[in-house]
Amino acid sequence: MTRKVMMRRPSAAEEGRQTAGKTALTVLFACISILWMMPIVIVLYNSLKSNAAINLDTFALPAGDSFVGLRNYVNGMTFGNYPFYFSAGYSVYITLVSTGLILLCTSMAAWYISRVGDLFSRAVYYLCVFSMVVPFQMVMFTLAGTARDLHLDTPWTIPVVYLGFGAGLAVFMFVGFVKSIPIEIEEAAAIDGCGPLRTFFSVVLPMMKPTLISVGVLEIMWVWNDYLLPYLVLDQTKYKTIPIHIQYLQGSYGSVDLGATMALIMLSLLPIIIFYLACQKHIIKGVAAGAVKG
Amino acid sequence: MAMRQKQGAGAVTSPLIRRPIQRQFAIFLLPTFACFCIGFLWPFLQGIYLSFHSFTTTRDTTFVGLGNYVKAFGDAGFRQAFLYTALVAGVSLVLINVLAFFVAYALTRGIRGSNLFRGVFFVPNLIGGIVLGYIWKTLIDAVLPVSMSIRAEYGFWGMMVVLCWQQVGYMMIIYIAGLQAVPEDILEAARIDGANGWKTLWHITLPNVMPSITICVFLTLTNGFKLYDQNLVLTNGAPIRRGIGATEMMALNIAKSFSTANQRGVAQAKAVLFFILVTAISLIQLNATRRKEVQQ
Repeated sequence: MTRKVMMRRPSAAEEGRQTAGKTALTVLFACISILWMMPIVIVLYNSLKSNAAINLDTFALPAGDSFVGLRNYVNGMTFGNYPFYFSAGYSVYITLVSTGLILLCTSMAAWYISRVGDLFSRAVYYLCVFSMVVPFQMVMFTLAGTARDLHLDTPWTIPVVYLGFGAGLAVFMFVGFVKSIPIEIEEAAAIDGCGPLRTFFSVVLPMMKPTLISVGVLEIMWVWNDYLLPYLVLDQTKYKTIPIHIQYLQGSYGSVDLGATMALIMLSLLPIIIFYLACQKHIIKGVAAGAVKG
Repeated sequence: MAMRQKQGAGAVTSPLIRRPIQRQFAIFLLPTFACFCIGFLWPFLQGIYLSFHSFTTTRDTTFVGLGNYVKAFGDAGFRQAFLYTALVAGVSLVLINVLAFFVAYALTRGIRGSNLFRGVFFVPNLIGGIVLGYIWKTLIDAVLPVSMSIRAEYGFWGMMVVLCWQQVGYMMIIYIAGLQAVPEDILEAARIDGANGWKTLWHITLPNVMPSITICVFLTLTNGFKLYDQNLVLTNGAPIRRGIGATEMMALNIAKSFSTANQRGVAQAKAVLFFILVTAISLIQLNATRRKEVQQ
């Protein structure tokens, strides 16, 4: 029994059907994409409406009386007992410094762990891997206590806490990368008279660039969006970050200025959207690399 | 290079660079290690220690043995939180993965604009839980006749909408990577043998993207179990009847127990149980992934 295998070219009708199918899919996904973005668009146009108009009909477009221009944005900056630009400033500062600190310290630690490989560094490595699965609730109370005792409860010192709790994933990813760097390059540098510091900063670190970007993206997104850790660690009366600020506004119900809150949400989304548009490829790659975290 | 040695943790090293680095321990490893002790190791060990004690502050503790664990198991609110968390994690797992797989499948058919669509689907993933929850709370409460805090079903389905919107784009990225790795010649062979679209999808594509499916299933599962921010913003556990929050998940339940001064020991015991549960899920995941790797 032999079966005839025929390779035939798709007929014109079939090709036409395929193109039609693809066009239909494109139209379908264009519609879904618009729907997918609707929540953000609705918040955007609500941020231009008066408080009363938002309460009356959230989905109506701003028109005539209900349109208040950028007044919500101006109000939003200062309303409540705590000005929003403080929170925004602290968020930016904490995110940038924590990410910088994590990148610098953990890449150095990962190089040490990979190249020394003694019992102690292996123990640190496995502890780091272990820390990735531990949920934050396990340490939330004791971490807040420890941070208070050591006076790490200000925005200037909280990066230390972030480095500590976030070291696991970063060390794991950097060690994985250092393994793939041929050691001959570092040996050549050593023979040429480079000390470890010079070898690291002028030879190893430049090679780490792809992993630095991936880890950087992951840490930026984690710290910027984090709520519970800064909420527990920071002294709430003096310091807030954007997520804490938004949640704090929701808590003070009734008197809330919805228009101003919508404006603040837009303001907190703005840096993320700019960041995403500027380096979409790196973000998607970095986030996918972090999928191993589980 | 006979002196080169391979050790655990994948360390590849040579004496030429090993010794000099080791001498600079204080610059390379110490800062990270010290912060790791402050930010993780010490709080973790102290947490386990405290779970066997009754305390209001960490300085004033009395040993109670397994008392906290007994109380944690006896807490109806905690049991309800476990069941509700499992329900949320289970249902969201199915919804997110089915949606993400079909979006990824459609977007790898070479249709026009698929890169743009991928970019759009991924956007919600960048938004943090608090802001995300707030956006949807405003929208959902505007649509529903009563607030999500009043009817638990609304709270549940509201949460599903939020979780899908947030995670479908992320899982889609992983599925797309998996789908693009399916060898073209197998698909070609199936086509020549006369398999239609569904048959190819079921018998060829699905088995080949099993590794991606495993990753995504466990990611959505652990995400579901660890959920906190969205739960806090959407309903904060409400409606609450007889002290039991109908939509309260484990992380929120633990956080709330910590804020009651005489409940902190129990809260820490709950946190340890929660940690064991999440770790167990992660270990099963690791095993499943490893087995898949062997087969490949």
